[in-house]
Amino acid sequence: MRSIRIGSGAGYSGDRIEPAVELAKHGDIQYLVFECLGERTVALAQQARMKNPDSGFDPLLEERMRAVLPICAAKGIKLVTNMGAANPVAAARKTAEIARSLGLSSLKIAAVTGDDVLEACKDSDLPLLEIDGTMRQLGNRVLSANAYLGAAPMAEALNAGADVVITGRASDPALFLAPMIHAFGWAMDDWNLLGQGTVAGHLLECAGQITGGYFADPGFKDVQGLARLGFPIGEVGEDGSLVITKVQGSGGAVTAATCKEQLLYEVHDPQRYIQPDVVADFSDVKIEQIAPDRVRVSGGRGTQRTATLKVSVGYVDGYIGEGQISYAGPGAVARGRLALDIVRERLQLTGVATSETRFDLIGIDSLHGAELATRANDPYEVRIRVTGRTESFREAVRIGNEVETLYTNGPAAGGGATKSAREVVAVASVLLPRDLATPSIRFVEA
Amino acid sequence: MKLRDIAHSRTGDKGNISNISVIAFDAKLYPLLVSQVTSARVKALFGPIVAGTVVRYELPNISALNFVMDQALGGGVTRSLALDAHGKSLSSALLDLEIDGGFGDTDTAP
Repeated sequence: MRSIRIGSGAGYSGDRIEPAVELAKHGDIQYLVFECLGERTVALAQQARMKNPDSGFDPLLEERMRAVLPICAAKGIKLVTNMGAANPVAAARKTAEIARSLGLSSLKIAAVTGDDVLEACKDSDLPLLEIDGTMRQLGNRVLSANAYLGAAPMAEALNAGADVVITGRASDPALFLAPMIHAFGWAMDDWNLLGQGTVAGHLLECAGQITGGYFADPGFKDVQGLARLGFPIGEVGEDGSLVITKVQGSGGAVTAATCKEQLLYEVHDPQRYIQPDVVADFSDVKIEQIAPDRVRVSGGRGTQRTATLKVSVGYVDGYIGEGQISYAGPGAVARGRLALDIVRERLQLTGVATSETRFDLIGIDSLHGAELATRANDPYEVRIRVTGRTESFREAVRIGNEVETLYTNGPAAGGGATKSAREVVAVASVLLPRDLATPSIRFVEA
Repeated sequence: MKLRDIAHSRTGDKGNISNISVIAFDAKLYPLLVSQVTSARVKALFGPIVAGTVVRYELPNISALNFVMDQALGGGVTRSLALDAHGKSLSSALLDLEIDGGFGDTDTAP
């Protein structure tokens, strides 16, 4: 039976780079995938592209490509990535330029476009899923609208001989599904194979999260070697059989437990994990450890894909101002609470216009609120944190200022004040009839 | 004993929805999870943090439960005022849940 090995070289935009190099050098892989596009990253990249038409792709693209391209070219490893963000064509050109500078010629680089559906969406009555209102009502606050494309255009680019495939917004598991479809010729309506392939892609897409990252809990779940955590490899057979493993000797661990946690990560109804290519069903998945750092995953299924694509909409959502300051030693908590009370009153007295505020004691109640915090003993030190949502940058700045003035106006011995104010780019979603997004492929030669 | 003695957990986020998995260390302990870690208890534990519903999905094949908590992330990861906007730390609160082992002692727990 034919099989392929796919390495997962990044779980998010800022991820470590050397585990990807390790995969390319020692992973015996044929495909290396970089998943680097968070929910709002495309919107931020779109803002960058509006300022400079040659930008708008992942800021670490150059560093990643320089690190792995020579190895991948020498070994014939194909790269698939969504580092194109808001500008896959510019990312492909940049990659070609990097390849030439490394002395790599005749690399075929494909840019997949068509995820940008802003024109099709912006004046529509499509309802927003997370907040009240429609696309039209967001008006000129909208920055971007990108459809989650499926695996087909990426697989087509690989079929056409691409060595590097660069997309913008595509579903994360589809980045992994594309090499499977390309290598095995799976039919785009074989829902069970696409469902099992989606299980593989879903398990691999967060890289270190399945090899022991985001997992360790000393004394309960111990993991060795997290500072040199190895990234995962999926061994996929043409019948969809799957083993998750990693490079021998790398840090971390692949166990049934790490795989189970990742299987349910960001999943709602396990019978209906909705993807552009299939509705995957995880409910019958079986997970078994077959050797150290080797876990077999079977039983993923699927049903027919939906008529719509999910579209991620980036929009400007006001500003957030923030200030922090610390208190230590005896009475730290009481002085922290007094400090919060002072700032609360000051924001009212000075008329800072906020639509929402939050007053936290870091070390006490900042993560889970006051109710769950009541069971804890007083810590040695605390840090207060005040945040507020405002309509203007100017108002947001005033929040941090009120915390900073505690130095000379607040409780005794406050130290280490910091403040910040930022514009908020938020993300909401709409569902778009799938024929309104038209993917296409453009090739760039190195 | 605590839930942490018999299960592990991971939190995920999508928009304003948080999901928390609860996975038995030993398949034999899965029925204990099903009977004691109910959506009502999870909803009560998180109190004001979760404004919406808590729905529980059962996955006996992998001895796991999946809790889907609506309106649990301060308006959504990309706009929340919270320090932990993703709610990644929520699983740690859930693992502190008290479990009645019914074993007489907890030697059978890992």
